[in-house]
Amino acid sequence: MSMNMRDEFLRLDGLTKTFGASTVVKDVNLSIARGEFVSFLGPSGCGKTTVLRMIAGFETPSAGHIHVDGRDVTHLRPNQRKIGMVFQAYALFPNMTVAGNIGFGLKIAGMGKDEAAARVSEMLKLIGLTGFEKRYPYQLSGGQQQRVALARALAARPSMLLLDEPLSALDAKIRVSLREQIREIQKELGITTIFVTHDQEEALSISDRIMVMNAGRADQVGTPFEVYNRPQTRFVAQFVGTLNVLKGKVADPSRRAVQVNGTLINIAHDLGARKAGDPISLAVRPESVSLGSHEGRESRLHGQIDEVSFLGSVIRVRVGVGGDNTLSLDTFNNPAVPPPVAGSPAEISFSGKDLLVLQD
Amino acid sequence: MRRSRFLPWLGFALGATYFLLPLIATFEFSLREKRDAYSFLAYANVLNDPNFRATFTYSVTVAIATIIVGVVLIVPAAYFVRLRLPALRPVVEFITLLPLIVPPIILVFGYIRTFNSSSFLPLTNSTTGTNILLTFGYVTLSMPYMYRAVDTGLRAIDVRTLTEAATILGAGTPTILARVIFPNILISVLSGAFLSFAIVIGEFVMASLLNRPAFGPYMQNIGANRAYEPAALAIIAFVVTWGAMGMIQLLARFAPKTSARQE
Repeated sequence: MSMNMRDEFLRLDGLTKTFGASTVVKDVNLSIARGEFVSFLGPSGCGKTTVLRMIAGFETPSAGHIHVDGRDVTHLRPNQRKIGMVFQAYALFPNMTVAGNIGFGLKIAGMGKDEAAARVSEMLKLIGLTGFEKRYPYQLSGGQQQRVALARALAARPSMLLLDEPLSALDAKIRVSLREQIREIQKELGITTIFVTHDQEEALSISDRIMVMNAGRADQVGTPFEVYNRPQTRFVAQFVGTLNVLKGKVADPSRRAVQVNGTLINIAHDLGARKAGDPISLAVRPESVSLGSHEGRESRLHGQIDEVSFLGSVIRVRVGVGGDNTLSLDTFNNPAVPPPVAGSPAEISFSGKDLLVLQD
Repeated sequence: MRRSRFLPWLGFALGATYFLLPLIATFEFSLREKRDAYSFLAYANVLNDPNFRATFTYSVTVAIATIIVGVVLIVPAAYFVRLRLPALRPVVEFITLLPLIVPPIILVFGYIRTFNSSSFLPLTNSTTGTNILLTFGYVTLSMPYMYRAVDTGLRAIDVRTLTEAATILGAGTPTILARVIFPNILISVLSGAFLSFAIVIGEFVMASLLNRPAFGPYMQNIGANRAYEPAALAIIAFVVTWGAMGMIQLLARFAPKTSARQE
């Protein structure tokens, strides 16, 4: 989706938040299209939740503006923003039934009893919990509670949905099924959604775009494909996905030639202002490295298998190629072929095109 | 290996004897009004005394007023301290402990001095004014118990997230307090209420110095002039207090559960 062609719904202009002497969000700029699903991804303390809380109205920006649908909402109270939000800790009202929780916002909005009951039923159908109306939150599992929290957030038909690490408290299987359900519902309703997470797999799997945050700044905003394959900073490269870092030296900057453990590798990316002999860090994803020779992967390094981890459908192999350089690579598990053995010599191959130059 | 339970039971028996023996002795003495036979004559005398009914009703009324004022004052205060001014918590906790440190007699002399007939707010000029003063005095006396009960209730729920969840759904602060926070700490509030009730029912110093017809001064008066009736009154007061405590235990079973069902 082109940035110019899109129908902009949310705009963050130079959003900054300071708590005492510490600036936790620094000059964040972002434009989100109507109906887009954007994830804020980053480690704990990177400021992603603070940005979300500023959008919700729970924190006031120290500088910058928030525009929703063309209107400046920077100083509006949270209950005036018509935003739905799902919290990490579910935050269902323990004294109310499922129907009471979902209908809470409708009651506040002054909706008639019959209309509210119909909306509650519609929401329960949407989350697949029809028949659970009279249950209390403590009678539900964590996954069910979070689905009710989602229904409660959507019941009043908000203009935007904010999800603050909604899957963090759930176990692995439920996380996967619930994130798929969240994405399906979001697509069905076409609601603009922001999803905060520290789990890169979660962000990559369900987002239209991802904003990767580091130390209060937005390091990169892009589609999952862009963020994963073309990380713009060393942090993004290392945080999103597993990354092998190879240390080498620049051999010939004009030919983009780099030497790693005595082997000359031609890379596709510009080496910038680096001179011959300068140290350089190169990154390559495990799936871009093969054990043995492989068509289209012209660069080869030799070493020894350090470790073999069986991960089910995939076997992860760590190969030491001399110096500090160790590479992880994945091979599919084939029951007919014996797995690699730790300690045995190995040749690995990759393409110079798949190597990224890390900015230090 | 089974460990002997003898010592724990011995400890329990000694403790129970220490607390129950005076009570049993008082009860036994209260039944001795008739010569050569046990009877409930002292209880009948007490319960038929119009002053008993008048003073007990008065104290129950003041206790209910104390609970209402206490809840209206303390629930929002504890909520805002927890939500918006957590740094003030130690200060507020210290203030709420003051009634345990300052004796009621000091407190009531302070009240009389501040609100007497020649003061800027002469509450002691009228019966209603004095009743209000007594109620406020009791609110202060019961504050350590009410505040702690409410604060414990607030600690058991995620006040911040529940407040934020209700706010984003469009609710204002009064709605959040009335429909989200209060129902979820109701059991704690009732615990505080029953403790306040127990304190007010037997309180003597404030009621006596403000010259109000309360149950405390009545018990003191009976104790000074009769033989068996004071023992019967003490047992009645115990039953009332224990009844209040029993209600706390009973209501605790109905506290809203917050954790998710295990899958």
